[in-house]
This record gives sequence, C-alpha cells and structure tokens, in this order.
Amino acid sequence: MNWIKTKNNNKINALEIPTGTVEELKTDLRNMKYRPIGFFGKQEFSNVRLYVVLADDSLGDIYVSSILFNPDIKSYDSLTPEFPAFHNFEREFYEDFKIEPKNHPWLKPLRKNQDEYPFFKMEGEDVHEVAVGPIHAGVIEPGHFRFMCQGEKIYNLEIMLGYQHKGIEELMLNPNNRLAESICGDSVIAYNMAFSQVIEALTQTTIPKRAQLIRRIALEMERMAIHIGDLGAISGDMAYLMGASIFGTTRTLIINTMLEISGSRFGRGLFDVGGVNFDIDKEMTKKIKSTIDEVLKTVKRTAETMLKKTSCISRMEQTGTVSKETAVLLGAVGMAARASGINIDSRYDFKDEWYLKYWQNTEFKPAGDVWSRFMLRYKEIIQSAAFINNFLDELDNNKDGLTTSINNIPPNTFAISIVEGWRGEIVHCAITGADSEFIRYKIKDASFNNWYMLSMAVRNNGISDFPLCNKSFNLSYCGNDL
Amino acid sequence: MTLILDILILFIMPFIMLGIIKKTKAFWGGRKGASIFQPLYDVLRLMKKESIYSETTSLIFKLSPIVNFSVVIFASLFVPLINGYSILNIPFAFIIFSYILGFAKFFSLIASLDTGSSFEGMGASREACFSTIVEPAFFISMASIIALTKVTSFEALKMILQNSGIYGILITILTVVTLFIMLLIEGCRVPVDDPATHLELTMIHEVMILDNSGADLGFILWASAIKMFLFGALITSLIIPDNLPVWISCLLFILSISLLAFVIGTIESSIARFRMTHIFEFIFIMSIMALLILTLVTYRIYGN
Repeated sequence: MNWIKTKNNNKINALEIPTGTVEELKTDLRNMKYRPIGFFGKQEFSNVRLYVVLADDSLGDIYVSSILFNPDIKSYDSLTPEFPAFHNFEREFYEDFKIEPKNHPWLKPLRKNQDEYPFFKMEGEDVHEVAVGPIHAGVIEPGHFRFMCQGEKIYNLEIMLGYQHKGIEELMLNPNNRLAESICGDSVIAYNMAFSQVIEALTQTTIPKRAQLIRRIALEMERMAIHIGDLGAISGDMAYLMGASIFGTTRTLIINTMLEISGSRFGRGLFDVGGVNFDIDKEMTKKIKSTIDEVLKTVKRTAETMLKKTSCISRMEQTGTVSKETAVLLGAVGMAARASGINIDSRYDFKDEWYLKYWQNTEFKPAGDVWSRFMLRYKEIIQSAAFINNFLDELDNNKDGLTTSINNIPPNTFAISIVEGWRGEIVHCAITGADSEFIRYKIKDASFNNWYMLSMAVRNNGISDFPLCNKSFNLSYCGNDL
Repeated sequence: MTLILDILILFIMPFIMLGIIKKTKAFWGGRKGASIFQPLYDVLRLMKKESIYSETTSLIFKLSPIVNFSVVIFASLFVPLINGYSILNIPFAFIIFSYILGFAKFFSLIASLDTGSSFEGMGASREACFSTIVEPAFFISMASIIALTKVTSFEALKMILQNSGIYGILITILTVVTLFIMLLIEGCRVPVDDPATHLELTMIHEVMILDNSGADLGFILWASAIKMFLFGALITSLIIPDNLPVWISCLLFILSISLLAFVIGTIESSIARFRMTHIFEFIFIMSIMALLILTLVTYRIYGN
C-alpha cells in the first residue's frame, strides 16, 4: 500500500492520496506498527472512500492512504481481531456506510440506533445485572452503563453511548470557531485550536508567534483547570472532603483568570482562525504568574497531604488498573495512556517547537491504576504551570501582532491537525472538494480511543469503586458521540 | 419535668446533631454552611409533600417509613437521656432495643427490594451484611457490662465509671469506641458510608431510600436522625456524672452531644471513605473492642 507522508498541521493534495486494499493495509500494519488516528469514510459518487491515517509517534510522521469500496462491496475482513486499536473506528465506519467488517468481535452500534443495542449477557444464579444511566445523579452527560456482577465484583461493564449525537461533523462542513469550541465543553481551547490549525494548515497561514504563544498558554491553563477540578472530583468520590473543597476553589482561580483574559471562564471566543482576539499585556502577565504561583502552592500542599493519607492511598492504589499491554492493544491515548506507562504526548511527539523548547518530563513511574492517574494529573499540573511561566516570558520577545490575514481555502486538499487536550489527542481532519467547499470534516476525541479502557479498568474491581475509576478517566460523552 | 425535657430533646436534638455535623464539615471545607437547623427544615418541608409510589411497589414499601419511624421512637424509650434515666425501665432492655431496631432494618431491607431497582438490592445486601457483624459485638459488650454492674438496663452504662476504678476507666474507653463505631455504621457516616454522595453505586443506606419521596422520605430521614442520636445518647450516658441537678445534666447532655457531632464532622472532613471490602476490617475493630471488654470484665470478676 502506498502512503503519503506528512506532518502535523500540514496539508496534502486530496487527489494524490493513494488507493490500496484492506489486505495491503493489514500487511503494512504488521510491518509498520503505527497507530490509527483516522479511519473514516467519505461518499464519492456511488463509491465509498475509506481514509486511513496512521501516526508514527516516534518520528512525528503522519501517513495517509485510502481504500475504495465499490457499491457492490458490502463487507471486508475486519482489522480488529488482529489490531484491536481499530475496534471503534470500524464500528463507526460500519455505522456510517453499512460496509460490514467481517469477524469484528464487537460490532455494535456506536452512536446511532441505540434502541436495538445487543447487550452482553451473562447467565447464572450468582450473576446480577446493574443498569446505570443514561440519566445520572450528578450534573454529567448522558451515557448508559451495564454491569454484570457477582456480588460486589464486576465481571464486565458495557458502555453504551450515543445520547449526545447531534451531527457535529455535518455541521462542521460550514465551520466556524464558535461551533468548533462548543463540540466538547471541557476542552474549549483544545477544540478551537485544532479547528483553527486545520484551517490555517489548509490555507498555509502562519499566525504571529505571539498568537501561537497565547493559544498555548490558554491550552495549558485549560489543562491545569480541568486536572485540578478532577483531582477534586476524585477526592469527592472517595468522600475526602478537604481535597474536594480545596481543589474546587483552586480551579476557580484559574478559570477566573481566563475570564479576565478572554471574558469567558472557559476561554470561549479567545481566538479565531488567523490569530487571537485578546492580548496578554504586561500587567496581565504579572497577574497570571502570581495566580499560577498561588495555585501551584495550594495544589502541591493538598496533593502531598492526600498522597500521605493512608485512607486515600488505600482507595486509589490498585483500583481500576489497566496494564500497559492492554492499553497498547486498545490504542489508548493521552493522559490515561501515559498513566498506564505508554509514552505518548502529541505536544512532544509531533514536535511542537514551543513545547520542545521548554520540555520537561513528568517524573514518576506509572502503574495504570487510579493512583497513577491521580499522580499524573498532579505532575501535569506542575508541568503545565512551568510551560505557562516560560511562554509568558517568551511573550516579551515576540511582539509580532495578534492576527494575520487568511488566504483562500484551496480546492481538493486534505489537512490534519492534532492537539493535545487535557484528555489526550484531539484530531481534526478536513477535506475540501473541487470548489473549495468542505466535503468531509472528521473529529476524533481522545475519549473515542479510551472509553473501552474504562471497561477494562473496572473488571474484577468492586462495583462501588466504579465511580472513582470513572472520575479518574473523566472521559467525554459528547466528544465520543459528536 | 424530666420527662417533658426528655421528649423535647428527643424531638429536637437529632436534627441539631445532624446540623452540627454538617456545619462542622462546612467549616473544615472553608464554607459557611447551612444553619444547624437545616435538617429540621428539610424534614418539615418533606412532611408537606406528597409521596410518589412506583407501579412495582406493594404495601410493604408504603409501610416501611412508618414502621421505621415508630420503631425508632419505641426504641428511644429505653435509652437514658438527660439525667441518665430512660423513660421506660425494663430489665435487659438492650435486647429489645437491638431487635426492635433490627425489625425496622428488616422492613427497610424488604421495602428496598420491593422497588425492584437494580441498585437498591445492592444497598440492602451491604446493609444486611454489616448488621450481622455489628450485632454480636454489641451484645457481647452490653452483656459484659451488665455482668460487671449487675444492672440490667442501659443505666448500667453510667455505673461502670462509678464502681470499678481503673477497670471502669478502661472499660468506659472501650465502650465509647465500640458505641462510636456502631454510631458511624448505624448513622451511615464516613468512613463506612458517605451520606453526602450522589453516586448510587457506592451508597449503602442512601441507595435503599432512593425511591422514597415526600412525607415518607421525611419520616425515614427523621428516623435515621433519631437513631444516630440514640447511639450518641448511649455514649454520653457513659460519661455524664449521676445526681446532678436536672438543668445542669440537661446542659451537659446537649453539650456532649454537640461535641460528639463536632468529632464526627471532623472525622468526616479529614479522612476518605474506606473501600467497601475494607469496611469489614473497620467493623471488626468493634468486635475486638467487645472481646476486650469481655476479657476485662471477666478478669475484674474472677481475677485476683
């Protein structure tokens, strides 16, 4: 199979994307061991073209190819039995185009037709079934969880999503920044950034360095805010009141700073394609730095206290463990994958120059359990704070304006952008047609890869530990359902 | 006079105890918190509301709140309140006390199963499981104390300190610990249960009453407040000296219940809840304490 090699935030000619077969793809996957980041179809007259985008994390390369399905081809040999990382991608492709991956072990609806969902069943005197959701007790999104338990022990958890499906990918064919940042409310900056970068890659626009820095400062602030909030939520689920209330108030300090920068606590409207809308001046720099300092001090104090508390450690350690092997097989990405020991971070892997300049590793040995995810979040908060301070210092040397004009969108072009949101990589792919119109816009959230990890994490754990495991991942429903 | 005070305290103090616990948690969490009368207002508000019943429930579900409430009120008659005397004084009241509460628990268990919900059965099995470990420990410690003091009602508790010197102090401490753990279990407090959680999968007591609403829920909340208060009253009756003027012992009683509530609130603020499988180990502490009481009492009576 021929591939076009490209980089993050780059465009390629859509007409030059080579066409191969499923068999060739399998052979290549065996040899190359790259990771799927895109596997989506597009209607081409009566044919369906399946785009395959693979990522080589070690070199930061992206490989694009495609497979063409004639109208009379109704099935192909599934990749999932050999490469489980494709399981959700194949389900999605089947759901959209009704081309069946034969021998797919788990070919169930992903986000549409949930009325006919065939649940996994266990039978036996001791087995009991617990159904949770789609409406939950807290203010969270809808999703259905079906547990098969023996007493307090979970044998299997099946997660049925799709309640949030609203056709975002179709809406994004007429894209704008306000829509892009509403795709997933807890990753406003990351989504807006991925979208802006796709358009900038398409149009070959290079935005001013100052704008690049401000975007990255916002991205790291978002990461800090959510991670701190989640540390609080994890504490809350363990009924550790101190953690819940202190982390909760600390998170507010960060999002209130964001409010001062952009007028929105979550950074809505902070930037558009071509630059940023709000500057960070000298005074604001000072303010952000002192806030970050204060936040870091509080977070360190509280987290260290918690990590010394036997009752907290006993709840977190060896709860919801996902081994590295399992995580690799499932194609896990982002924070959850790093907590299982996979070295993956698209900021580093795809060689973002600003991040590489100030890169510091988070030094701790992950074990894949709730404790590891707690620790990793804690370490990433410290890491992000360092990034923010460095980027704020850089602002002084980069006074090249905030916005730049955008060129016209070219026809027949394929562009890809990967942004490391707090949850993990967010991949946006855009393909334009002959009249420069968007003919396919594909979004992949980190949750899309990671939901199955949660199922694996809770296996053989007590059912009362499920909320804790769930909160340690904190996956997105709307990011999956789109 | 004492009787009227007893009844007044029995009706008001449980709410205030709950209110103080919540206020303490708010204090440690850096919040202002609701008024200490909020639990009382909550129950009053619920009393005005209509109860909704699901189609799957039967008469048992409707009976359960009333049975619970009346049983707890009945049980409270045996517990010594302000000046260390209970309203009803009959021999071996602790057996009636324990089993009448067991009866109420049985009713709430079958009522929760009656709803056919997928969580409530889980809560019921947890609650039943804990009770089976708590009961023997309670019986061993109470029986030992009765053997020591030769007083068969709960008034035996206050006799320990008076009669037995250094043993009295030791046994009192052990009994306080035993009763305190029992209070945490029966009152559904952290680290056994988390009364503030919204996560139905981790709940024990709360999950069993998910289907109750309106006045029914009000009665259940009221009953569980009184139940926790009763264990608090048992603990205070260990420490409050005898033969004080009524108003002093009344004041002392209120103070020590408030102090107890503060301690519970502080514990809830400072530790995480135990993992479900570790809660048993915590409850077994109570059994160990009970056996230590038994050993000490045996030594006291047959030793030397």
